[in-house]
Amino acid sequence: MNSRGLRSQLKDSVPVAGLCPQGAYGVQDSLRSGFTSVKNELLPSHPLELSEKNLQLNQDKMNFSTLRNIQGLHAPLKLQMEYRAARQIQRLPFLRSSNLALDTLRGSDESIGFEDILNDPAQSEVMGEPHMMVEYKLGLL
Amino acid sequence: MALSNVLETPAAGFNFENAARNAALEGLFDGGQTPKPLKTGTTIAGVVFKDGVVLGADTRATSSEVVADKMCAKIHYISPNIYCCGAGTAADTEKTTDLLSSNLTIYSLNSGRNPRVVMAVNILQDMLYRYHGQIGASLILGGVDCTGNHLYTVGPYGSVNKVPYLAMGSGDLAALAILEDGFKHDLELEKAKELVRAAIHAGIMSDLGSGNNIDICVITKQGVDYIRPYQESEYKDDRKMKYKYRPGTTAVLTEKVVPLKLEVVQETVQKMDTA
Repeated sequence: MNSRGLRSQLKDSVPVAGLCPQGAYGVQDSLRSGFTSVKNELLPSHPLELSEKNLQLNQDKMNFSTLRNIQGLHAPLKLQMEYRAARQIQRLPFLRSSNLALDTLRGSDESIGFEDILNDPAQSEVMGEPHMMVEYKLGLL
Repeated sequence: MALSNVLETPAAGFNFENAARNAALEGLFDGGQTPKPLKTGTTIAGVVFKDGVVLGADTRATSSEVVADKMCAKIHYISPNIYCCGAGTAADTEKTTDLLSSNLTIYSLNSGRNPRVVMAVNILQDMLYRYHGQIGASLILGGVDCTGNHLYTVGPYGSVNKVPYLAMGSGDLAALAILEDGFKHDLELEKAKELVRAAIHAGIMSDLGSGNNIDICVITKQGVDYIRPYQESEYKDDRKMKYKYRPGTTAVLTEKVVPLKLEVVQETVQKMDTA
């Protein structure tokens, strides 16, 4: 559910970082991620790329801030605790997790968007190497 | 997708990996003529009458200067009581209305009620605003629900207007002229159908992007009447799709039979083992 208005309450949106792939010491990892280009790192190549990346986070922020103004601090705190718990119910990184609990909390189990049709991870043509993916997830890589 | 090592599963939804490549390619085409997506340069119109809503559309889909589809269906089903005409990029209108229809079906299965037109409008508005006009779909939504007969328009950036009569697409000026002249509140069914037909006809005559037949969809509390086509174009082509001729089309003039003489040269017998 999208709650409009109350733009003044939205303090800071999610920062821009995340366009440049991270390697050790913050330097570009040429072996794994290919050559770098300063322009690619600073600006998104498509106007929607940034807003789509941060969409879920921004929406959550807006909804929680509205909820806080209406019902007080306890409401978003309780909800965020539930989100945190639900987010931990995952399979290993290279397997597809259903995210059932998270979807039910968000209410997205009752709606269909482009993210359910396009680029479905279940039908992805690329398969990651399981060991590398687990190490990356744990930060050992 | 260029790397052999994938460290995280790719996110679902739109993939922007090729945007930089496309921007670079655009500069390489001479004259900046990139291949254009299939647009439906269209005339669509809708009118609210006494018992419901009438929607009308032409049936031509163009791809730059060529008519790509002569019998394109521009009136899409959203729910049993709501239909939607779409102008703009053909694929965008198709997919957006399909998603909308799925969402409303889920809602009505959950709650057991027929969806209302305002719900469809709100879902569309959210969806289109989220993509900031990159999805080129201008839609006219018309439907009958428990609160009455409604006609809404949603633009590609998410703007919404609630109106009693409406035309959109490249032929909308001509169609709107007819509607402005002939519209009255609480029209009868036949007059409303004739008004929409005349409006679409004016759009077809005055706009290159619209043409061929006219489809009409009448939505009332009793049900939906989807008349396709309501009026066929006078310039219908008469091409036979099959070119098979029935036997006997060509007359036989003469017949000459020459028997072949065969003589037995060698004969061998091989017994079959039937054990």
